[in-house]
Amino acid sequence: MSQNGTVENVTINIDGQDVSVPQGTNIIEAVKMVGKGKEVPHYCYHPKLSVAGNCRMCLVEMGMPMKDRATGEAILDEDGNQKIGWMPKPTIGCATNAAPGMHIKTNSPMVKESRNGVTEFLLINHPLDCPICDQAGECRLQEFSAEHGRGYSRFIEDKNVKPKRTRLGPRVTLDDERCILCSRCVRFSKEIVDDDVLGFVDRGTYSTLTCYPGKELENNYSLNTVDICPVGALTSTDFRFKMRVWFLKRTNSICTESSVGANTEIWSREGKIYRITPRRNDAVNDTWMTDSGRALYKAVESEDRLTHYTIGGVHKTPEDVASAAVDLLKGGDVAMVASAHSSVEEQFYYKAIAERSRAKVSLVSHYGEGDGLLQSEDRTPNLRGALLTGLIDQLPEAELSPLARGINSGAVKTLLVVNEDVTALGISPDLLSKVKVIYVGTHTNDTAKDADIVIPSLMVFEKDGTFINQTFRLQKFKTAVPGPSGIRPDFMVLEKIAAPLADEKPAAVTLDEVWQRIAAKLESIQDSLTWRGIPDEGIALEPGALVELPFAETKNLKYDPVAFKEAQSAPAGA
Amino acid sequence: MNLKPETTEKIDKLVPRYPTKRSAALPLCHLVQEDQGYLSNEAIEWIAQRLELEPINIQEIVTFYPMLRTEPTGKYHVRVCRTLPCALAGAYQTCHRLEKELNVEVGHTSEDGLVTLEYVECHADCGRAPVVMVGEEEYTDIDPDKAGELAAKMKSGELSDGMPD
Repeated sequence: MSQNGTVENVTINIDGQDVSVPQGTNIIEAVKMVGKGKEVPHYCYHPKLSVAGNCRMCLVEMGMPMKDRATGEAILDEDGNQKIGWMPKPTIGCATNAAPGMHIKTNSPMVKESRNGVTEFLLINHPLDCPICDQAGECRLQEFSAEHGRGYSRFIEDKNVKPKRTRLGPRVTLDDERCILCSRCVRFSKEIVDDDVLGFVDRGTYSTLTCYPGKELENNYSLNTVDICPVGALTSTDFRFKMRVWFLKRTNSICTESSVGANTEIWSREGKIYRITPRRNDAVNDTWMTDSGRALYKAVESEDRLTHYTIGGVHKTPEDVASAAVDLLKGGDVAMVASAHSSVEEQFYYKAIAERSRAKVSLVSHYGEGDGLLQSEDRTPNLRGALLTGLIDQLPEAELSPLARGINSGAVKTLLVVNEDVTALGISPDLLSKVKVIYVGTHTNDTAKDADIVIPSLMVFEKDGTFINQTFRLQKFKTAVPGPSGIRPDFMVLEKIAAPLADEKPAAVTLDEVWQRIAAKLESIQDSLTWRGIPDEGIALEPGALVELPFAETKNLKYDPVAFKEAQSAPAGA
Repeated sequence: MNLKPETTEKIDKLVPRYPTKRSAALPLCHLVQEDQGYLSNEAIEWIAQRLELEPINIQEIVTFYPMLRTEPTGKYHVRVCRTLPCALAGAYQTCHRLEKELNVEVGHTSEDGLVTLEYVECHADCGRAPVVMVGEEEYTDIDPDKAGELAAKMKSGELSDGMPD
C-alpha cells in the first residue's frame, strides 16, 4: 500500500511474459489476469476465503532475480540480464504473493509432473462415480483429471469405503468418498457465516467431514458450501439426482428476496427451473447467496398462479382488460397500492398511470430481520426504484389505514393494487367491496379473488427488467423461462393502460424504447444509458437527496448505511 | 463437568500462558483426560467453551491424536509397544498371549471391564524390549511367559493399576 491508500503494481514474469499486477496478488490470481485461458489449477483456494494451501494442486515453479550475497549487486548472465535463481522445488501459487521481479513457470516439466502426482493421489480413493455424480460437468476434479492426470490408474489395492449419504443439514447431503478434504466448506462456515459446525475428524485416509454430534449445517447459507465444493461431495438435497448440469441453460438474474439484490444464475431446461446459484459480483454479494433466495423459484409452478386476464371473473384478452381498466381509471377518485417488487420499468409506468389518473400512491413495507450478510431488513428488491421513478416520495408504511379512511369516506372509488393482499393490510373485504378493484399480480390472493379486473403478471424469472438495490445499484435480470401461456410482459399491458389515459395511441413498445423514455425522463439515470448498455454487473446510480431517507437496512456484507451516506456526500474524486 | 480442583487450578494457570486461547487446546485435552480418564462429548464441549471455540474444533484434535481417547478404559490400561525393537524382540507374541489370557482383542476393552489392550508406539526403553505399560507403570523384557504372569496378576487383582493417585 502506498500512502494514499491505493495498491501499487509490481511487475512479475509469468512464462516469459512480463505482467503488471497489484502488489499482494497471489500467483493464481496473477496468472488469471494474464488471460488467454491461462490458469493455475486449484481446489482448496477460493478468492473469497482464507488460503489453506492443502490441496497442492497449484504448484508452480518460482524464481527470483539473483543478487550477490556479499555486495547485494545483481548477478548478470552473458547477455547482461539479471540471472534468475529458480527454487529447486515447486511452490504453491495460492500462498505465494507477487513480488517485484518474480519469475513463474506454470507449464514446466516439473510443474506438470507435480500436478500429475497430486491428481493421482487424489484419485486413489476417489470413487470415480462420475456417471451418477451430480457434480459431473462442473467438477474441478473431473476437469483437472482429464487435463493433468495420466488417464489410467496404477492403483490395484482396494479403495477406501466411507459413508455415501450423510445428512449434514436440512439442505445439504454429503458423499464422503468423493471428498478431497480441501476444507473450503469448513472455512466458509467459519469465516463467512460464523457458524463453525463443520470439521474433519479422524486422520489420514480416514479423515471425514462431519458436524459435531447434535449439530447440523442448517444456517441460511449452507448451500454455498455445495457451490464451492470443487467435487461432488457436498450436494444439494433438493437438486440431487434431478438433472445433468450440461443440459441446463444459465440466465443472469437478480435475487428478489431482499434489497441486497444478490446476483444469481437461473438454471433451467425446457421452461422449467431446476436451481438458482449465486453469480459473482464483488460489489453486491461476492460469490454467495442465501438458501431462502434459492427456493424462490418454487413459486413459479405454484397452483395459485394467475393465468388469465379476467373482467368480473370472465376470461378476456389483454386489450379488453386494458381498455376496461382505462375506463375505470378515467372515472377519477383513483388510489394505487404500488409494489416494491415491480421492476423499474413497471414502476415507471405505474408512475405515469398515477399521474394521468391523479391517483394517490401508497406502498407497503415488507420488513423482516436482517442477518447482517445478504438478507437485509427490507424484503423487497426494488424500493429504491419506486423512489427514483418518483412513484413514491416517502418510505413505505406498514399498513394502509389512510387508504381505508379514503374508501370509507367515498373519496376513493377505484383501487389499483399491484401484487399486494390489501385485505391483510387494514382494508377489510367489506371495505374493499365498496370500490372497483384492478389487481395486477403473479399469484392469487384475497384481493385478487374479489377484484373486478385481474391482470396477471410475470415473475422475475419470466421477464426482462431491472431492480435498484440497497446501494442504488441498477441491476438487470433476464428471461429464464417463459411465463404462463398468453401472459405478456407487464410493461406491454401497462403501455396499453398508460397511453390512452393521456389520450395517446398505445405503441408496440420494446424494453429498449421504454428505457429511452426512462433515461430521458429520470434525472438520476444518465440520458445515454440504454437497456442493452446496462452491464451484467450492474451500474451505480446517484441517489441524490434520497440518501437522506431513513432506510431500514442496517450494516450487511456490502452495505454500511453510515459509510454509504458519507461516500455520497463527499465530493467526487476525493 | 466434575474436574478435580487441582486440574481446574492447572488449567487456569495454563490458559493465560498462550497468546491465543486456541493454542491451549491440546494441553487442555491431556489435562482433562488425565482427570477423567477419557474425553467425553461433555468434556469436549467444556474445553471448547473454556477456550471460546466451537466443539468441532476440539473434536478434530481429539480424533486426530491416538493418545486422546473418547471412551473410558478398563481397570488396567495395557499398552504393548510394537515399534521396531520391541517388534523384533517379540512384542506381537507378547500381545497375542495377553489377548488369549485376558480374553480381549487388541484395541478393545474386555467385556468385564477389567482390561483395555492396545498397541502403541515406542515407550522409549528399547534396550529392554518388549516393553509393556500398565497404566503408567512400565514392565520390561516381557516375553509371552511373563505376559502370562502379568495377566494372572491382573485377573487376581494383585497388580497395581499403575494410575497415579
